[in-house]
Amino acid sequence: MLLTRWRRTLRGANGSAAPKKPPKPFRSLNWRLAAGSGSAIFLFIAVLLLAAAPSEKRLSIYSTAANYSVSVVQRQGHDYVGLLEVLEPLGTVTSKTDGPRWRLHYDNVLGEFVNEKTRARVQGRDADLAAKFILENGRGLIPVASLSSLLPRFLGGPVTFHESAERLFIGSVATHFTASVAPDDSSRLIFHFSSPVNPSVASEPGKLRLIFNHEPVTSPASPTLTFGSKTIPSAIYSEGNGTAEITVNTAIPLMANFGNDGRTITLAPAKSQPQTAASVPAPPKPQAALAPPVAQAPAPTRRYFAVIDASHGGTDRGEALGPTLAEKDITLALARDLRQALESRGITTLAVRDSDANISLDDRAFFTNTSHAAVYIAIHAASSGHGVRIYTSMLPDSSADDQDRGPFRSWPTAQLSSTSLSQMAAAGTADALKRIQIPVRVLTAPLRPLNNIVTAAIAVEVAPSGADVSSLASTDYQELITGAVANGIMSIRTQLGAAP
Amino acid sequence: MILRHFIIALSLLLAAALVMGVYAWHMRGRAAATPAILTDAQPVVAAPATGPTERITLWIAYDDIGMLRAQSAQIPMPGARQQRAEELMRALVQFYLEKNSPHPLAPGSEIRSVYLVDPGIAVIDVNAAFADGHRSGILPEDLTIASLIQTISANIAGISKVKILVEGNRRETLAGHADLSHFFDVSAMNQLSTELQSTQ
Repeated sequence: MLLTRWRRTLRGANGSAAPKKPPKPFRSLNWRLAAGSGSAIFLFIAVLLLAAAPSEKRLSIYSTAANYSVSVVQRQGHDYVGLLEVLEPLGTVTSKTDGPRWRLHYDNVLGEFVNEKTRARVQGRDADLAAKFILENGRGLIPVASLSSLLPRFLGGPVTFHESAERLFIGSVATHFTASVAPDDSSRLIFHFSSPVNPSVASEPGKLRLIFNHEPVTSPASPTLTFGSKTIPSAIYSEGNGTAEITVNTAIPLMANFGNDGRTITLAPAKSQPQTAASVPAPPKPQAALAPPVAQAPAPTRRYFAVIDASHGGTDRGEALGPTLAEKDITLALARDLRQALESRGITTLAVRDSDANISLDDRAFFTNTSHAAVYIAIHAASSGHGVRIYTSMLPDSSADDQDRGPFRSWPTAQLSSTSLSQMAAAGTADALKRIQIPVRVLTAPLRPLNNIVTAAIAVEVAPSGADVSSLASTDYQELITGAVANGIMSIRTQLGAAP
Repeated sequence: MILRHFIIALSLLLAAALVMGVYAWHMRGRAAATPAILTDAQPVVAAPATGPTERITLWIAYDDIGMLRAQSAQIPMPGARQQRAEELMRALVQFYLEKNSPHPLAPGSEIRSVYLVDPGIAVIDVNAAFADGHRSGILPEDLTIASLIQTISANIAGISKVKILVEGNRRETLAGHADLSHFFDVSAMNQLSTELQSTQ
């Protein structure tokens, strides 16, 4: 009907009796068209803006103690990092805020900073910063550009900063490499690294990329390597946003094989996989040419060191933290942050929930137990109190039916044999949080699925930083907490990892 | 003339008597609604509803500081052990339902009954409003359970295990966190209570 009227109106517009003003349906259609076009333009701009939005900047730090990364934030047109987060994995750090003054002790070195000032004092000597020091909620931010001048004063040794690539090398930790084609086969390219590496490998037509997210791989004398081979003519080294990458130009599909404890990577022509009649078709694999590291090594029993569990999810919203703020959403954001924080410190991490899914408590425990991880961390959020509360399991009273039988553990008290490990994990995490002056309490709780986990298990409940519940949704606050929790786990990694 | 003045005076007296009567009635109602829970700082002996009053210890949860504190109270306590346990739990819940409660429970929260089963088992049955309207969160739920179990085990001798039911049925959690599916070990709860008395 509307269309008929519109056609009629259009005919009128072409003929002699065109109306001065469009009839109402036509005006309505115009309005709808305008609204539709407007929405489409708005969506298009939104998509463009999202696509153009820069990814989160991170600074990778390599040292003999640990390889890790910290987030870079933009303030007043400069890149900044939290000085405490930079130094924490390297030694004992404490900080104290006194009005606009911020004091940081790293081992026996004292640094004194004043909010909005470009001059600081380290060990009683002045140090000029490239931009103003910023004190935010007790967190001291220094310009990234000042790291190469400031850190040697704290660390007492040289640092090498690839500023454009956001990569910082503390001491002589760089991993060097050479690349050459095999003397007997020009279709095979062999990389030798001075330390073990475990890069991500991805292929695309004409290229194979080795991406080093955690290793201090540095550039060879020339970033472009040529091999005089028709199948593998060249490779290019590049680095940026905290990672290094070697792109191999190739005329044929290649597969990467690791050897010599991760010190050698051999790129060889990919072979088609023969299929037996009885074999089940494998799911389609991505184009990445992945190969297991150290081909002949026995399969490790522990693929993941940590399991992160974003509590609640799906129809279980957890606590209503605000009119639109559900606990399940905050726990998911925190869990994702913590996973990234742990992985950036070289701790392999598995997430139980990475979407808004319903997962039962039994399934969470089963998932964790079958992963054989060293530590399980359940994430909760709460509106009451402030800071962080860390819980270990309060085991229920076990009846005769609940006793372990031979190798079989009683489900309600499966945690029993790991309570000391859990307490150690809780204490280590609490210490790391105290170091950044986050209020922390360690408690026990009758909280599932902690009771059903057969390894070290803790629950981390994050409360607001102050009176404002919305601080739970703040990215800075979340990263501060998860960074400290990751440092806590790092600090007791050896003890946790040694547990059976 | 005298009669008119007399009528006015009498009317005023009657009105005053009526107002005082209403006020007295109101005060009586308030006195009846106020629980006979008294702190050490203000020891007052309330008239017992049934039987003599007794000094007992309530373990009170404080949400603002996330802590548990012992508090003395004088309440009428019946002679039978099971009824004593019920009165104790009801006094505790009543305290939390007061206007300025440090750990508010949902309106309508009640203790349906308390059963004492030998050897050393106490079963506390709360109503649906108690659990359904309970604030969700590990700490608030921890505080409620610790408060109930510490209070009953501190005042009724010989209790070593406690089970909490909702409307007579087993329930997975109190409000999404605290596990109610098993018996609570009183000694483990003592440890939690110790932790909840410290800010560290």
